[in-house]
Amino acid sequence: MIDSLYNYTLRLGDTSLILAQRLSEWTGHGPFLEEDLALTNIALDIFGRAKGLLEYAAKKEGKGRTEDDLAFFRSDREFYNLLITEQPNGDYAKTMIRQSIIDCFDLLFYTELAKSKDLTLAGIASKSVKEIAYHKRHSFSWVVRFGNGTEESFSRLQKGLNEIWAYSGELFEMNEDDHNLIKEGIAVDLDSLKQKWESEIQELFKKANLSIPETLFMQQGSRKALHSEHLGYILAEMQSIPRMHPNAKW
Amino acid sequence: METINLEDLFEAKLAKNEMIEPKDWMPENYRKHLIRQISQHAHSEIVGMLPEGNWITRAPSLRAKLILLAKVQDEGGHGLYLYTAAESLGITREEMLDALLTGKAKYSSIFNYPTLSWADVGAIGWLVDGAAIMNQVMLQRSSYGPYSRAMVRICKEESFHQRQGYEIMTQLSFGTSEQKEMAQDALNRWWYPTLMMFGPPDVESPNSENAIKWRIKRETNDQLRQRFINQTAVQVEFLGLVAPDKNLKWNEKKQGYDYSDPDWNEFKSVIKGNGICNKDRLLSRNNSHRNGEWVREAAIAYGKKQEQKQEQESKAA
Repeated sequence: MIDSLYNYTLRLGDTSLILAQRLSEWTGHGPFLEEDLALTNIALDIFGRAKGLLEYAAKKEGKGRTEDDLAFFRSDREFYNLLITEQPNGDYAKTMIRQSIIDCFDLLFYTELAKSKDLTLAGIASKSVKEIAYHKRHSFSWVVRFGNGTEESFSRLQKGLNEIWAYSGELFEMNEDDHNLIKEGIAVDLDSLKQKWESEIQELFKKANLSIPETLFMQQGSRKALHSEHLGYILAEMQSIPRMHPNAKW
Repeated sequence: METINLEDLFEAKLAKNEMIEPKDWMPENYRKHLIRQISQHAHSEIVGMLPEGNWITRAPSLRAKLILLAKVQDEGGHGLYLYTAAESLGITREEMLDALLTGKAKYSSIFNYPTLSWADVGAIGWLVDGAAIMNQVMLQRSSYGPYSRAMVRICKEESFHQRQGYEIMTQLSFGTSEQKEMAQDALNRWWYPTLMMFGPPDVESPNSENAIKWRIKRETNDQLRQRFINQTAVQVEFLGLVAPDKNLKWNEKKQGYDYSDPDWNEFKSVIKGNGICNKDRLLSRNNSHRNGEWVREAAIAYGKKQEQKQEQESKAA
């Protein structure tokens, strides 16, 4: 059980960490100043959540590792972040469509996780719910704006969706850890979220005039730490200093 | 006759230490001087996001990453208040942005130096923000109300930045030998550029005289520079580092440190555009602006469509 809780928390922490790392690439490069600040704020929230989750994962692992050890000294075959989070930002439309898919899921997910019998996870989740509600308003409003703005913004948005959609199926994948923890009242049954997520996303896409790509094949792999080629570069960059100075404290 | 009266009124306010507000009459040169100074300050905040932003994806701990991200975000926020303060003087944000992007407007030359290691993030917080605070504390009492109030808010955040920079320097200076080397190297590279931030020596400073007369500034470049050195030399010693200046010595008689002048030719050369990052910084700002163009257009087009929709709905009702 402890292993399952470690695996589960680690997966959530990795997903938040890699998503925030991607979002923070926009800092200083946003489409205009107010939006630069807004997206940086969102990245900050998600890094904060990642830190809390990895800290807890490290504690549950019980091998004396810290959240920084987990973030900076694991290789890509030991990372369990969802594949959607490591995909390149692309243009602002792609970043926002990716974010809306994740925010919609996260709000449902963390609202449920806030009721977990594991009080640490429940605590992290209930703090996150307030933040994610704001993130979702932000990404949803941009998707609607792009979908109804100019021809260019619409075609960029549709292109972004076409590129990212195949990574959305993984959001609902469950394995043994999920099933073990669902029995204990700790984890969220992802099947129970799917219908709500689909209807909210469909409504959003309708408002933005988007059509869901026809190829229904969904990419998988992150539950087994199998990733796209992008993660290797993210980690190479993110981990470079601690790896270069393994005995240093920062 | 009327103009003279207004000018008298303006002078009287200055003499009484009262604030000048956007609707008050002010001499044209005072307005121009403020627009130049405040917009340059705003541009510096925005361009200043880049050298530190360079390390966000590589910050070596999660805590360091959160702090750095928050700091860079603060800088963007400062840019925003300052653009707004400048707008109250009758210039638009588009005009200011255009001046920055075309290279007509200046920004603090310090941001044309590269950040080459993690220690540079510490050195910027400690030295560059430290120097900025010296200037800004004085500007909190500046005669122009919106500028002065923006500075009060900015100073609170800047002193947090300086502390986090000094914290990084402390960690590195008392860390492994490689970390200490990194800290020393950063100090060597940032020391003189930071001293240059206070501007040219008083005898050569073209804009200082009016700024002091109008109470926009309250101390001269050299006075501020001396105060900064007095404060920082002690910290250098505490960190066990060595400032790259053999002449840096306490002078009992003047109750301040003696120091070597920075190389003012280098200063002029970097201002002229010869720093290693001048082109990159401007290119980066231009790229972001250009890449954001369709986003801004979409937002405007959507806003207009919504307005039309509302109008139609209200007509129908």
